[in-house]
Amino acid sequence: MSLRVVQPGILSLLQDGGRTGQHRIGLTNGGPLDREAFDYCNLLLGNAKNCTALEVSFGGLHLQAQVDTYICVTGARLPLRINGKEQPQWEVLAVAAGDDIHLEFAQRGCRAYLGVADGFVIPASFGSTATVMRENIGGLRGDKLHAGDELPCPVVTSRKNLYLAPERQPHYSSEITVRVIPGYQQHHFNRLQQRRFFSRPYTVSERCDRMGYRLEGPAIECDIEGILSEGICFGAIQIPADGQPIVLLNDRQTIGGYPKIGSALSLDTARLAQLTPGGTVHFAPITPHGAHNALHLAQSFARRQPLLERHP
Amino acid sequence: MEIHSAGEDAIIVYLGHATSPEVAARVQAAVTAVTRALGPDLVDLVPSYASLLIIYDPLQTDHLSVSHRVRAALQSLQAADMDAGRTVVLPVYYAPESGEDLEALAGNAGLSIEEVIALHSGSEYRVYAIGFAPGFAYLGQVDERIAAPRLATPRQKVPRGAVAIADRQTAVYPATSPGGWNLIGRCPTRMFDPDASPTMPVNVGDRVRFEAISREKFLTLGGELG
Repeated sequence: MSLRVVQPGILSLLQDGGRTGQHRIGLTNGGPLDREAFDYCNLLLGNAKNCTALEVSFGGLHLQAQVDTYICVTGARLPLRINGKEQPQWEVLAVAAGDDIHLEFAQRGCRAYLGVADGFVIPASFGSTATVMRENIGGLRGDKLHAGDELPCPVVTSRKNLYLAPERQPHYSSEITVRVIPGYQQHHFNRLQQRRFFSRPYTVSERCDRMGYRLEGPAIECDIEGILSEGICFGAIQIPADGQPIVLLNDRQTIGGYPKIGSALSLDTARLAQLTPGGTVHFAPITPHGAHNALHLAQSFARRQPLLERHP
Repeated sequence: MEIHSAGEDAIIVYLGHATSPEVAARVQAAVTAVTRALGPDLVDLVPSYASLLIIYDPLQTDHLSVSHRVRAALQSLQAADMDAGRTVVLPVYYAPESGEDLEALAGNAGLSIEEVIALHSGSEYRVYAIGFAPGFAYLGQVDERIAAPRLATPRQKVPRGAVAIADRQTAVYPATSPGGWNLIGRCPTRMFDPDASPTMPVNVGDRVRFEAISREKFLTLGGELG
């Protein structure tokens, strides 16, 4: 009982909420780059939080259902077809054994999430199914999907056809603002450098992946080249010698020695990870207190979002 | 001691500013104290040379509460006994066939290969940090006479078990990976095995000694060349 992979697409990874408590042996977090879209996928399906789903980067995925179940696709806007017929995203859809499911190439944003009722059934490694290819851990064989893979999932015969109203779905713009908590190493960046960082636009470079997004723009000078290696938190913004910022994401290394100008808010890195090379990023400072407020507000907003039910 | 907010879900504590066994012992003691003080609010910890990154759940608590509790817990911190932690012995087959940079490193240092081996296996090292890759333990500090800068061009493929030196640090590569450290030998002990318990033979704060072994013993212990 599974969904069978006919075409894996460019980069399709099994992900749950991510791996925690394992930094001490050098394991990073993994998990969905766009947590908002991932959470909606499970919420609409009536799944428990953090059930294992697929993160489909850039699209190109073709699955064939071997089981009757329900799926939901959220995140990047892309043509979704079941047996050739276009279907809506952000909506629970019934599929039957034998159905072909196509996620074509993303048109807006680049990370889509395909969830299944009750989640994919994958054995956990170090407490999580999150695939981190750099570590060869999680998912199937620690690797991305390949043609012929079977994604185990149970038969599910009843689910509400919930959907999120189109006007409530996230809009993936190619120009975003990322809120940043200025870092404890900011005294190594003089006021001019800090003003430059927070006032000039940056462009997403070709070197952007699950480890981090490298940006291009006005170089930021730092009065030190490196620091004694220390732990790196999610969202940390490193400034290497060339002055071009790198926003570190889910698959980052856990320790490093580049100076950091600050740390990005996770609500905004979710949108950053939807950008493709050429996208525009503005940085805006926020206090730690403001960051906590933003997280609580986002959670309370998500709780109040009405999920509508479609009756046939 | 300094405590700073590091991000939306993290604070960082500095227990010193340089690499030393004393600072490492304080970091080690802080791991225990912080784990106890934060209980279920603690999500993850990254101990390193002179710092401790503390990750918490920002929907359950906030940086002020976490900083306050960490400060209180570390106020009365006694540095862990310098002799605390285990001593782990790792066997190493040192030879040009197992360590491609051994001859060059000896030549640059003006030492014989035997002298390099004696200096590397004659010191006791401390596990200062684990990171870079799963199971990659940074050990320090090697004798200044055999300290060597990273290679100008990193290798695409360093084999699992390679014993290497970069500046005054040494390490055993836990898996085949790219790497720019100077290779001097090969260790048959698995440094990271997801299916083993424990996953790693060492923890941060442990001490490590290297023991020179013959080619034959290396192969008997399951080591692989090539």
